[in-house]
Amino acid sequence: MKISRRGAFKVAAFGAATAAGARKAEAREKKEAPADATGMLYDATMCIGCKACVSACRRANSLEMEAHSRLYDDPIDLSANTANIIKFYEGEDGTSFIKQQCMHCIDPACASACMMGSFQKRQNGIVTWKPERCIGCRYCQVACPFNIPKFEWNSATPAMVKCQMCLAKAGTTNDGQLNEVGQPACTEVCPRAAVIYGPYEELKAEALRRIAENPDRYEDHVYGLDEVGGTQVLYLTAKGIPFSKLGLPELGTESVPALPVGLQHTIYKGFIAPVAVYGVIAGLVWRSRRQYDKAGEEVGA
Amino acid sequence: MNNQHGKPTPIGGPIMTPVMKICLGLAAVSGLMLIFRFLVGLGPVTNLTDGHPWGLWIAFDVVTGTALACGGYAIALLIYVFNKGKYHPLIRSAILTSALGYTLGAVGVMIDLGRPWLTWKLPIFFWTWNLDSVQLEVALCIMLYTAVLWIEMAPVFLERWETEDSKPKLQAFAKKWTPILMKAMPWLIALGIVLPTMHQSSLGSMILLAGPKLHPLWLTGWLPFFFLISCIAMGYGMVVLETMWSRTVYSRYRETSILTALSPAMVVVLLVWVAARLLNILAAGKIGYAFQLDRFAILFWLEILLFLAPAIILMMKPTRSDKDRGRLFIASGMMVTGGMLLRFTAYWFAYNPGQHWNLYFPSLFEIFVTVGLVAAEVAAFMYIIKRFPILTGRPSAALPT
Repeated sequence: MKISRRGAFKVAAFGAATAAGARKAEAREKKEAPADATGMLYDATMCIGCKACVSACRRANSLEMEAHSRLYDDPIDLSANTANIIKFYEGEDGTSFIKQQCMHCIDPACASACMMGSFQKRQNGIVTWKPERCIGCRYCQVACPFNIPKFEWNSATPAMVKCQMCLAKAGTTNDGQLNEVGQPACTEVCPRAAVIYGPYEELKAEALRRIAENPDRYEDHVYGLDEVGGTQVLYLTAKGIPFSKLGLPELGTESVPALPVGLQHTIYKGFIAPVAVYGVIAGLVWRSRRQYDKAGEEVGA
Repeated sequence: MNNQHGKPTPIGGPIMTPVMKICLGLAAVSGLMLIFRFLVGLGPVTNLTDGHPWGLWIAFDVVTGTALACGGYAIALLIYVFNKGKYHPLIRSAILTSALGYTLGAVGVMIDLGRPWLTWKLPIFFWTWNLDSVQLEVALCIMLYTAVLWIEMAPVFLERWETEDSKPKLQAFAKKWTPILMKAMPWLIALGIVLPTMHQSSLGSMILLAGPKLHPLWLTGWLPFFFLISCIAMGYGMVVLETMWSRTVYSRYRETSILTALSPAMVVVLLVWVAARLLNILAAGKIGYAFQLDRFAILFWLEILLFLAPAIILMMKPTRSDKDRGRLFIASGMMVTGGMLLRFTAYWFAYNPGQHWNLYFPSLFEIFVTVGLVAAEVAAFMYIIKRFPILTGRPSAALPT
């Protein structure tokens, strides 16, 4: 087949139309935390690894124990039974504990992935999950840069489990309120106030204040301030033990949804492009079929 | 086009051939296995984990399977957008392969979903739609396109029912609906071109949400473009392979010349793909990753090779002998493999959730279910072409059917 100039033009136009979005992909603006945002601040230099928060999280969320040693509750990672965990780090540079749970991103990739808005930022900017909108596609797990949402692999009717800051029990439907103390179970029981709950802006200021007052004690980095566009859970670590060693991934400052969602909204802005393309193609189809009809051609698929 | 290829006719012949029996057997076993999957959940039967939540069923059945089923899209583009009526004899088998391939993809999704009983809400509960979700667009498009493909196939069934004098109700139904369908057809065909353009590119955008977990060589805003262009190459490649298969197995002598006539167009498509891929990596300053001597660099160059080599093969001077067919076969095979590799890499090999997660490899259960689904698709294809007017071309009297 010879490609006519018109044909070549069509190929080019077709390609250009598709690629047009790629160039303006960074157009999506940065999201800010909602005005009523609350969060948590975990200070690794204050944590003594008692794991009271792990037990309290289980009780508050009715999650089963994970006794791998068969002696006591010793989860090895976050799972469908463990929405909050304390891990121990030991290296040449010293030892540290680290708490892990949902980071409650300001621009959460899980919520951007979720087709019917099962995952959403709800009250206080906290990311919660609604079972009645979840079909179990696990796109949230693919999307989350912290690998937080966990799937009940051994259930015929699986739920997604993750920390919901005790606004609702992990993996359940009840849209509860914070307990009578007005804070999540883990911060409530922490005997050293190594993890505290409060308004996001106050926590940010507090974290920066601690570093400023004790520059020898802390790494000069508040994890979560800028990572993936900011998270409502913030971390401090001891001088000499960078976050990457504690299992918190090194991430850029752009939110994960910025590229794909920016791309998508550019290509499908106002749904104009698909409708226009449909109109043009319908015209071309009509023309072709009329020609075939004239030629006595058989029509149909 | 003149009618030298003849009208499409059913192949005829016995249905229960040995190949059919094997296919049905495989499909039945995987059907039984699936009962178990829905009783115990995904964990016990798959190698999926919280680190690798998507495996073979998504990477192959859905992402690759629907791209392999793009023959209908590629041929419709040629006939209607590029006005090449001579490809009309290929359209029916291409659309049938597409309809079956997309149905397989849809079934694959339902098997993979953790909470499939809520899927009915997706096309209906429009007020819950999250317009940020690329997957929402993909899911709705695939649902709609699968329906469009079967409606595009409808004339094939109606045509046969119209002649069934023994079943007057079926006959009346066919007579009533054929003209209505013919009026609606241009609008459906246009939909059948726009929908794959949308979701085949969006399948590329979709995995970009893996962000830092995706290797930088594939984390690019151009991935949707690469997915779209490659699905056209794959669709064409599949049409060639399928045409050659039906030629060999069912002795339907269709002109290979109309297939080879497509070569220049494919050369353009393939070279555009290779050039864009390389330029994009260069412009993004990521070319260093391609020379790191790790498995990602190897996958990247293998991908380039599988798109570049068929372009070179198709550019060779025709010998006007059987050699041409051999070349076309190899080039088509490479294009299809290249597109498959791109999808497997983006959705599987280049997806790294972190150091402490083991690499994913599908369980035997996952592999067997996929094999069973493909077997069911092949069985349905063989049945339909034997009983319904799909294939054109003269059956060869010289060879037994």
